[in-house]
Amino acid sequence: MDQKLKIELSKQGIVTTTLEELYNWGRKNSVWPMTFGLACCAIEMIATSMARYDLARFGAEVFRPSPRQADLMIVSGTVTKKMAPQVVRLYNQMAEPKYVIAMGACAISGGPFKQGYNVLKGIDRYIPVDVHIPGCPPRPEALIDAFMTLQKKIDEQALTGTGRPRHLVADAPSEFVVPRFGAHDLEPPKNPDVFHILNNDEPCSAGEVDARRD
Amino acid sequence: MLEEIKVRIESAVPGCQLEIIPNGSPSGQHSLLLDPPHALEVAKFLRDDPELRLDYCSNVTGVDWLDTEQSPGHLEAVYHLYSMEKKHGPIVLRMRTENRSDKVHLPSVTPIWRSAEFQEREIFDLYGIIFDGHPDLRRIMMWDEFEDHPMRKDYVEPDDYEYEPTPHDHVLTRAKEHVERNPQ
Amino acid sequence: MTSRLTTPVYEEMPEDISDRIDQGELLEIALGPHHPSTHGVFRMDVVLDGERVVKLKPVFGYLHRNHEKIAESASYLASMPYTDRLDYICSLSNNWAYALAVEKLAGLQVPERAEYIRVITAELTRLVNHSATIGFLTQEMGASGTPLMYAFREREKILDLFESLTGSRMMCNYMRFGGCRVELPSGWLEQTKKIVEEFPRFLDEYERLLTGNEIFMARSQGVGVLKKNLAINAGITGPMLRASGVNYDIRKVDKYGIYDRFDFKIPLGEHGDVYDRYMIRMLEMRESLKILNQALRDIPAGPIMDPKAKIRGFRPKPGESYGRIESPKGELGFFLISDGSPNPYRYRVRPPSLINLTVLEDMCRGYSVPDTIVIFGTVDIVLGEVDR
Repeated sequence: MDQKLKIELSKQGIVTTTLEELYNWGRKNSVWPMTFGLACCAIEMIATSMARYDLARFGAEVFRPSPRQADLMIVSGTVTKKMAPQVVRLYNQMAEPKYVIAMGACAISGGPFKQGYNVLKGIDRYIPVDVHIPGCPPRPEALIDAFMTLQKKIDEQALTGTGRPRHLVADAPSEFVVPRFGAHDLEPPKNPDVFHILNNDEPCSAGEVDARRD
Repeated sequence: MLEEIKVRIESAVPGCQLEIIPNGSPSGQHSLLLDPPHALEVAKFLRDDPELRLDYCSNVTGVDWLDTEQSPGHLEAVYHLYSMEKKHGPIVLRMRTENRSDKVHLPSVTPIWRSAEFQEREIFDLYGIIFDGHPDLRRIMMWDEFEDHPMRKDYVEPDDYEYEPTPHDHVLTRAKEHVERNPQ
Repeated sequence: MTSRLTTPVYEEMPEDISDRIDQGELLEIALGPHHPSTHGVFRMDVVLDGERVVKLKPVFGYLHRNHEKIAESASYLASMPYTDRLDYICSLSNNWAYALAVEKLAGLQVPERAEYIRVITAELTRLVNHSATIGFLTQEMGASGTPLMYAFREREKILDLFESLTGSRMMCNYMRFGGCRVELPSGWLEQTKKIVEEFPRFLDEYERLLTGNEIFMARSQGVGVLKKNLAINAGITGPMLRASGVNYDIRKVDKYGIYDRFDFKIPLGEHGDVYDRYMIRMLEMRESLKILNQALRDIPAGPIMDPKAKIRGFRPKPGESYGRIESPKGELGFFLISDGSPNPYRYRVRPPSLINLTVLEDMCRGYSVPDTIVIFGTVDIVLGEVDR
């Protein structure tokens, strides 16, 4: 619709919109996170919801403890192999539409504790992640920026066609395989449907990467 | 000062064999090596003796010494004791197992100092020393189905080096080995 | 004053209860690891008789990040940022404990000004930690959010100080072996003085809100009593020990750093219940303010780093050392074994939170589930330290 006509009409008290805009506007401004703090990043998440950097003004009014009532899971902190089945189970119990923010270096790829027998090298080995925030720990402003990025992402989701979100696709899975405890490692060590490795190049050091690029 | 304590323990608990292990660093914290059969009596004496009154066991550590040419390897438990009543310390005790594979039993001091309860469980989980007399010896940090003892020096980590953005040093060698093992 | 609702029912461990569980008389549930009131990923397997706790077994390891194994393959200095992540609410005191252990191992001396800076940052950390603990305690009692907001408001002011000094709000990485990393920025001491002068007003506000409050007293007095002998035998340290009446504070016993120059008292409790532990933390905050006032007044000029300390090529002689400090949660100690190489042979953290959990079952037996949550809140654990 023509923008000028829209503004003229709204000055007269008539608001025009599409169903898609209205649906996404309602969804993006009331994303309720789940209280899922694992480690140090959880303290920054709590500080973000406190009086100084208030997260409630962006729509995250209450942090729900139950996964059935939450829309967003902020994985803040290191995910260890002992905790990974619980994380995936909680994700499975959340109702669609659901989103995941991986907060901090540990949730993205293992972080500073990457060389470890008990550290899961990134939560995106088992569940799909929407926004990654780097940092150790990321500042509260970075978490607010990630929240706004998520809102922008929700806003751009179309209701029909190929760009539609997962909860409107009939045969897209919403529950993922829960890993079991094995004798030496988790079984399976990763979920191949979720964990896509983009480049299969021969591993090399950073200097050789630059040489290859040129 | 440690020599006096050694003499007093030897006179109070007959038959025990103690040895002073010197400490090379400027901290001056020399330690006393106990033999496992008499360890519980020595511990009880140290806790109840009116002059020492070492009633606070602060730290229990496990150490892994690999096999060398001079001596076979062994596992070790180091105890740091302080006194809350007399406010002195630390007194350092050590206990060694015979080898790293099958003779890994040591007596537990949890009946004497309850603060050793979780720390001995952790040493059992990560090093494999079995403490006889512990009220509840099971894994504490790793899951129950886990089978290795990860803090030992010869532990090999599982292979999950699929994707490394900027590998270097030993991570680069392991990432290359992973690609050789799983060609795609 | 013990209310009827919080009288314990079981004084001793019941004998064999597994058949009572099988018949359905007792209920065995898991509190956690994802729970709104546990301070992180912590699980308690409780056996309940109605609402009363009969048996309680803590289960942890959900945040075991193998910090000790990483330290064996990294140099001494490379482990310093990892010590920030142990007790992630008070990172500067962790740094000091590690620096103390390495200075004992290598025989380094710390100059005067660096010692004063260390004391100032450690006492500021104590203020941060105790206000956060009391805030979380009130949230677990049911006052959902409001006292916690006040506590975090004060915490943010002190975190601003840390950020202007070290560059990071929480993971400070500030101490080095033989001194501190950077000199104080200009105006930092005046800012700190202003905050220290305004802090007693926040403490008075909190006391007016909580200390004489009927609901608070009814829920906390007589709940979770810890006797003196059990506390000493189980190796409890920190405010929990002093609330049970034992006068043991490592700042006065070991006199590490320059704590013997300051004039401060050690508050002691009588009963060892939840109310005493809360009052000990409030009084300790006031004593910390006294220390801060004295330190800010007396800090001298001078170098902040030992001139003989080597940053590159740091290889201490073979030996071992154990260094400990009074962190806000208890006794935090580091045990290092060196074999002459740049990496430590064995690196061990003595975590206060893990040892303080030994008596959780004894304190909670016979109380109801909400009381268990409150008692657990006063033990004041941080999972980064329990699991390392």
